[in-house]
Amino acid sequence: MSTETMPARGFNLSKDDLGADILEIAMGPHHPSTHGVFRMDLKLDGETVVDLKPIFGYLHRNHEKLAEDIPYPGSMPFTDRLDYLCGMTNNWAYALSLEKMLEVEVPERAQYIRIICAELTRLVNHCLLIGFFINDLGALGTPLLYALREREKILDLFETLSGARMMVNYMRFGGVRCDLPDGWLEECKRIVDKFPAFLDEYETLLNENEIVITRSQNVGVLTAEEATNFSITGPMLRASGVNYDLRKVDKYGIYDRFDFKVPLGAHGDCYDRFMIRMLEMRESIKILNQAMKDLPDGDIIGKVPRVFKPAAGTEVYGRIESPKGELGFYLVADGSTNPYRFKVRPPSFINLTALRHMCIGHKVADAVIILGSIDIVLGEVDR
Amino acid sequence: MSLLAKGILQGMAVTAKNFFQSYYKKDRLPTVQYPEEKSTVNQFTRNIPFLVFDGDDPIDGMRCTACTLCEKACPPQCIYIIKDKDENGKPIKRPAVFDIDSSVCMSCQLCVEVCPFESIRMDSEFELSNENRFEGLLLNRDELLRSNEYYHEIHPLEAQETDDRIVAKEAEAAAKKKEREEKARKAAEAKKAAAEKKAAEEATAAEEAAPATENKVAETEAPKAEAAPAETAPTAESPTEPEAKQADAAPEPKAEEETPEEPEKKE
Amino acid sequence: MNNFIDHKIIELGHWVVGFFDEYPLLKLVVQILLYTLPLMLSFMGAFAFSTWLERKGLARIQNRPGPNRVGIFGLLQPMADGIKMLLKEDIVPEESDKLFHLLAPVMLMVPAMIAIGFLPVGDGLNALPLDSAILFFFAIGSMNTIAVFMAGWSSRNKYSLLGGMRAVAQMISYEIPLVLSAVTVIMIAGSLNGQVIVASQQISGWVGSGDVVKEFFGQILGWHIFKPWGFAGFIFFFVAALAEANRSPFDLPEADSEIIAGHLTEYSGFKYAIFFIAEYISAFAIAGIAVTLFLGGWSGPILSGLPWFVIKLFSLFAVMIWIRGTLPRLRVDQLMGYAWKFLMPLAILNIFVAGFYYFAEQQWGTWVALIGGWIFGFGALQLAAKGLSRLNKSPLLKGKRVYQYAE
Repeated sequence: MSTETMPARGFNLSKDDLGADILEIAMGPHHPSTHGVFRMDLKLDGETVVDLKPIFGYLHRNHEKLAEDIPYPGSMPFTDRLDYLCGMTNNWAYALSLEKMLEVEVPERAQYIRIICAELTRLVNHCLLIGFFINDLGALGTPLLYALREREKILDLFETLSGARMMVNYMRFGGVRCDLPDGWLEECKRIVDKFPAFLDEYETLLNENEIVITRSQNVGVLTAEEATNFSITGPMLRASGVNYDLRKVDKYGIYDRFDFKVPLGAHGDCYDRFMIRMLEMRESIKILNQAMKDLPDGDIIGKVPRVFKPAAGTEVYGRIESPKGELGFYLVADGSTNPYRFKVRPPSFINLTALRHMCIGHKVADAVIILGSIDIVLGEVDR
Repeated sequence: MSLLAKGILQGMAVTAKNFFQSYYKKDRLPTVQYPEEKSTVNQFTRNIPFLVFDGDDPIDGMRCTACTLCEKACPPQCIYIIKDKDENGKPIKRPAVFDIDSSVCMSCQLCVEVCPFESIRMDSEFELSNENRFEGLLLNRDELLRSNEYYHEIHPLEAQETDDRIVAKEAEAAAKKKEREEKARKAAEAKKAAAEKKAAEEATAAEEAAPATENKVAETEAPKAEAAPAETAPTAESPTEPEAKQADAAPEPKAEEETPEEPEKKE
Repeated sequence: MNNFIDHKIIELGHWVVGFFDEYPLLKLVVQILLYTLPLMLSFMGAFAFSTWLERKGLARIQNRPGPNRVGIFGLLQPMADGIKMLLKEDIVPEESDKLFHLLAPVMLMVPAMIAIGFLPVGDGLNALPLDSAILFFFAIGSMNTIAVFMAGWSSRNKYSLLGGMRAVAQMISYEIPLVLSAVTVIMIAGSLNGQVIVASQQISGWVGSGDVVKEFFGQILGWHIFKPWGFAGFIFFFVAALAEANRSPFDLPEADSEIIAGHLTEYSGFKYAIFFIAEYISAFAIAGIAVTLFLGGWSGPILSGLPWFVIKLFSLFAVMIWIRGTLPRLRVDQLMGYAWKFLMPLAILNIFVAGFYYFAEQQWGTWVALIGGWIFGFGALQLAAKGLSRLNKSPLLKGKRVYQYAE
């Protein structure tokens, strides 16, 4: 029933009022499960979604324009606030872009530290995503709190390393800001060694749960073709069965030295997206173990100019596989200390474009979990 | 689906396990009861910047020279500096106003990284709530000033490194000055004594001003000052990146310094 | 059977009533008050305790300490919550249907309070000892639906409306398996009276025989849950009861991650508190009837009837909390499908199983009935469940998914 046809008060319903009309609902921007200030204008036929209009921009912070007005290093702390759950990978993507522009060599040790940090970030992000996904399914926060419990340990590691838990601002052009403190590696090793036990527990809790399976299988299906056409990246693309992982494709950093595999889904539904992230965490642990074993000594920052002034007209697109997908920074230099153009390719924003396609025909409850399985962070979507 | 759902029962076993373990395993009950027990702030935590002063008198011992490098580097532009003047209107190297708007500050530590005088540092104080959200959160110079001892207390490792670096710097500066004086004396043997004195004064002045000015100026004005950075000099050695330097120096001072409370404070 | 406490309570009641023998009208009033007031007050107390229990239990399941500030172990938390609710502003939406908005919480509260009157809480302790108590209970219990829909409709909020519609669909659907699974017990006990049903769960030859061991087990092993149809019936009943009481995983009408709080969205202050209380009391009532039907009611060895009932009630409630702390929520179509396509056929089959059990017990004795019932009756139910999930094309039949890895 739309607002116009709804009677003002009382039960004086006419036949028209009882006719099956479309119900329009504005889900968000302050709704418990839209993951931030995101709004979905839903049109419902009973409980079935017939149309969906994603509306965002409530968290727009002018990130790109801001970056054009300050020198290159000044944007580094702002990148933490893009996808505020994975500061490390955002830092890395930005650092990588400028390193590409200035052709700066990154020392070995810094590369290893970066990989350790990035993979820890992946654990943090996937942990949290799965927790929130199950929360969207309707569990009363239990899986989420287990995930938060484990995430907290990694955040403590980040705090010891960089001084902050989430807004790390840790990487620098040509390396990282400071070396690992004493005992950090041992602590990290301890946490990483315990992580599989947590994953096992989590899998027992959820993977075979009948309700999780019936709720999430065959919901929000995205075929491989559709996924590529929507230019989806990250775990969501791999859940649809497309083997595309920038860690394997670009081999940025020193990812080619590590032995890990890319899990692929076959159905492209919410359950696959959930499971791919579960499996990716195990692969991340593999990488972490190798990286911590091989971590060499040496410099943590390469030879970089004191002032960053890339030659006018240089353009560069640096991208990495962030936990959410391909995170890219496109920079155009005009010869000054500020970038002429600064463009972010946020993975969650582009993954969000498939939302309408996936939701139509499903129930309201499914729209919520489909949104949850996309893994958006509004800081990154709205920038 | 059979009568009894296996997956659900498995899940319930996990939650039951967590329920009971929360009574005897610390790992399963990580909550910290905040006002009574505070979570351990480790010494690397950073929050809002503060200004370090040496000695007892905050104003005299202030390391800050109001060079405004941090003001320029601050991405959200939350630092506001006005240079101090003496009675005659002559500027002195000290801020009259040094404000940090803690509601704007995003704790990025870039000001710390650019500071060539080891003056601005990050505090780990996290209880910053205030009843007045405008003036209360705008921290002025006197509120920001903290002693070097306080710095040692909250960031023992980092403070020690900073102190070592300052000592090393001073020693280096003294050596250079001596060398330069020697040189100047030799060169000025033919010249008058007054010219010699003047040259020495100029050298010291340039040395102090060097990092504060743009590198072009620094290069031309003080080619002999130790802080003068070449355009392509590795960052690790330039004063704008003290963190990198400090990180390099990380292992050694640990071995040298043996303040007894050091190891306890570490964790 | 040592029903000392129960008998003392009844004696106390008679003693009090005895003072008013000369005034028949006053006596009636006092009698009514004596029957209802203690029950209502004790259930309110149980409600307060259960909110604490739920918060604490959920917290521990989630690795948190839970409420611990008000009183020792946070035991006074319900009082603090109550005061907070009372002091809050009562917001009524401008466009709402104000009369029904006001009436809805009352409509929910009254049937819940009446329903607890039918519970046999102890030996002879029964506020409304009707011969058709169980029937009345279900009749009164289904009034919830109206109240919830009233709340959803009158709020004039789209989320509330969705919640109300869900509530109607869900509660009406689950009424059927609920009653059908209770029918088995009524068949075996041959009565709709709660006390008779409780009495039917004591092994008649053992209880009262004087043998300590037989006396002990006679009061436990006779519970209907230990019989094949009773076990299956209890599962169906409990699942349906969760849905009736809007408890997780069937808390769709107030699914907070989808439709904010459903019919409760526009309620605040004390009206919200009344909703809250009424839902808990309904949950208690339905758990109490489950205890009466399948878990032996107030009967049990050593302790008196009333303590046994309280223990069983809270254990069942604890299981509800445990489930709430573990499971995600079903979707609305799956919920309906589960009720109509899975629970209802099985509950009907269970009636036949109970019938055959009764026949076998009469014909060949208890042991044959028990063994045969567990093997054939329960086996038939299992087979039927498998068949039904195949018919329903359940995604669970496909087995565990296997994931491939790319190099």
